[in-house]
Amino acid sequence: MERMPAWADVVLIPLISLLLAAILSALVILAIGENPVEAFNLMVEGALMRSAGWGYTLYYATNFIFTGLAVAVAFHARMFNIGGEGQAMLGGLGVALVSLYIPWPHWSLALLGSCVGAALFGAAWAFIPAYLQAKRGSHIVITTIMFNFIAAALLNYVLVSLLKPVGAMDPASANFPAATHLPTFQDMFATAENPLFRGAPANVTFFIALAACLFVWLLIWRTRLGYEIRAQGFSESAAKYAGISPARIIIIAMLISGALAGMMGVNTAQGEAERLVLNSTEGAGFIGIAVALMGRNHPLGVLLAAILFGFLYQGGAELALWTNIPRELIVVIQALVILFTGALDNMVRMPLERIFMALNRKGA
Amino acid sequence: MDFATLLQVLDSTIRLGTPLLFACLAGLFSERAGIFDIGLEGKMLMSAFFSAAIAFTTGSVWIGLLAGIASSMVLSAIHGLASITFRGNQLISGVAINFLAAGMTVLIAQDWFSQGGRTPSLVGNARFEPVTLPGAEALRDVPLLGPIYYEVISGHTILVYLAFLCVPATWWVLFRTRFGLRLRAVGENPAAVDTAGVSVVGLRYAAVAICGLLCGFAGAYLSTALQAGFVKDMSAGRGYIALAALIFAKWRPWYALFSTMLFGFLQALALRPDLIERAIGVKVQVQLLDAMPYILTVVILAGFVGKAIPPRAGGQPYVKER
Repeated sequence: MERMPAWADVVLIPLISLLLAAILSALVILAIGENPVEAFNLMVEGALMRSAGWGYTLYYATNFIFTGLAVAVAFHARMFNIGGEGQAMLGGLGVALVSLYIPWPHWSLALLGSCVGAALFGAAWAFIPAYLQAKRGSHIVITTIMFNFIAAALLNYVLVSLLKPVGAMDPASANFPAATHLPTFQDMFATAENPLFRGAPANVTFFIALAACLFVWLLIWRTRLGYEIRAQGFSESAAKYAGISPARIIIIAMLISGALAGMMGVNTAQGEAERLVLNSTEGAGFIGIAVALMGRNHPLGVLLAAILFGFLYQGGAELALWTNIPRELIVVIQALVILFTGALDNMVRMPLERIFMALNRKGA
Repeated sequence: MDFATLLQVLDSTIRLGTPLLFACLAGLFSERAGIFDIGLEGKMLMSAFFSAAIAFTTGSVWIGLLAGIASSMVLSAIHGLASITFRGNQLISGVAINFLAAGMTVLIAQDWFSQGGRTPSLVGNARFEPVTLPGAEALRDVPLLGPIYYEVISGHTILVYLAFLCVPATWWVLFRTRFGLRLRAVGENPAAVDTAGVSVVGLRYAAVAICGLLCGFAGAYLSTALQAGFVKDMSAGRGYIALAALIFAKWRPWYALFSTMLFGFLQALALRPDLIERAIGVKVQVQLLDAMPYILTVVILAGFVGKAIPPRAGGQPYVKER
């Protein structure tokens, strides 16, 4: 017997978890002597009521879509890719190399090139943990954590010792050539009489992220490979009997995951900073975990959750600007979302299942 | 490298290795009982903040230490609730705890002290002072051993000696007591423990609580002994290095001492890059030294240097047969 209708699993549980996280966050805001309702209004005002606010929200959302999809694809093969952060850092490096050393005639070609560069570098960084998991049985969670730190050290080295222009002080690459400038939403949508998205960093990469959502949906639910990935995720032994090689699926799923995480670098390095800076990822790789958990590993869910987190990020920045609430409030909210939608899932699920079973019995 | 600088480096090895040792032993208890804990980092950070904050407000480092331990154990309780009672994913719970600590510490610090997420500097009794071991002054002039005793072994805070005492204590508890036997059994084969009529849930909660206690010491050491006050994100990945050290030590207490001191040595060297250059004549990048613990751990995990086999039931929630 079905314990719970599908819609409850997909919609109700994440919503209840989100509500619990929101209530706790409100209590936290109360505890530090601020008004949660005012804080929420301020966040909405700053993130959603002006086009520039949306421009920031969607910029952050673009990052989170990539990292969220990365975590989701790995989750489908029942792997926890905690290394999105490191893969995104390397992706940024790929973008920087492609943008700096190839003379691109036009931004559209540069975008293609940097997407390939970011994906290749991200995938390469995911390959080693994937190979070690597939062939040597090293736990992917631990190795990807280690690779985050190794990536940070590597990036630090490359920026300080190799890419930093002579005489520059801060550890960052040179500015990318003007030809690689990606059109921002302001370039695309603003007109003289209607200055939309002024100064906001959202750029054409957002549409690449939307395409990535579609790609992941097609891949997971409409291709043979996606079927194999999901089969492996449901039951490795069953997949093995069906002739699916676990090692192959682990490596391929992680390569795709790493490539997606890496492509975040296009948005941050080429789309926003137009150079590679030391801390360009700003923890977005980890937010991908929350996004994937909330979005139930479905691209549509990931998209919505990413926009929600984009809103939280931009709203949090506004809060830090106008009130005494530091930006770290967002980290707390993020932690609560991960806790409730991920780790304490059963706490919400068990009582709900009981309610639905009781309802079913009455109905029958 | 001359003798005096060597002693200096060894001295900072012990100072930097101590928080790793506490956290590593914390992880050892938890993981031996089958509860993966990547939340060591968060628990350390939380404890670092609360011990500094309470030590500052009360003026007593000991009350601060207790507060730090309490805060770390609260996070442990959350981890236990998620991974034991509600049988959630232990890794995800650990990630959540790390973020919770990273956010809450700054949020509360800003609210209490308004200094941009740090506590005021601790002075006097609000800090752990170095202890001079008996006879250190008198024996100082004895060749070779005197300076080693004076510079390296003596002159640390009480927590350092506690950390070193924790190593034999952990060994004794895990391998010489009934509780330890059961705790290890619950990490290998919880069903067998359950069949013997011992509570799997109780044992696992006990292990997670000990983990919280030790992480509490680690965090308090960071903010009240190693440094004088809390600063944002001051655990700086030490929880993950401790995790790496735990794998490096193959989940054994004495090996944990060795691996944490090795990683402490690497951190001490990273502070003095000039020394390596002088010693081996080649300039070694600081970043390489920073990354060394992680690289070593990956090599160990890959099974190229001996095989690290985790407790068999690690990471799996225990479901009683229905």
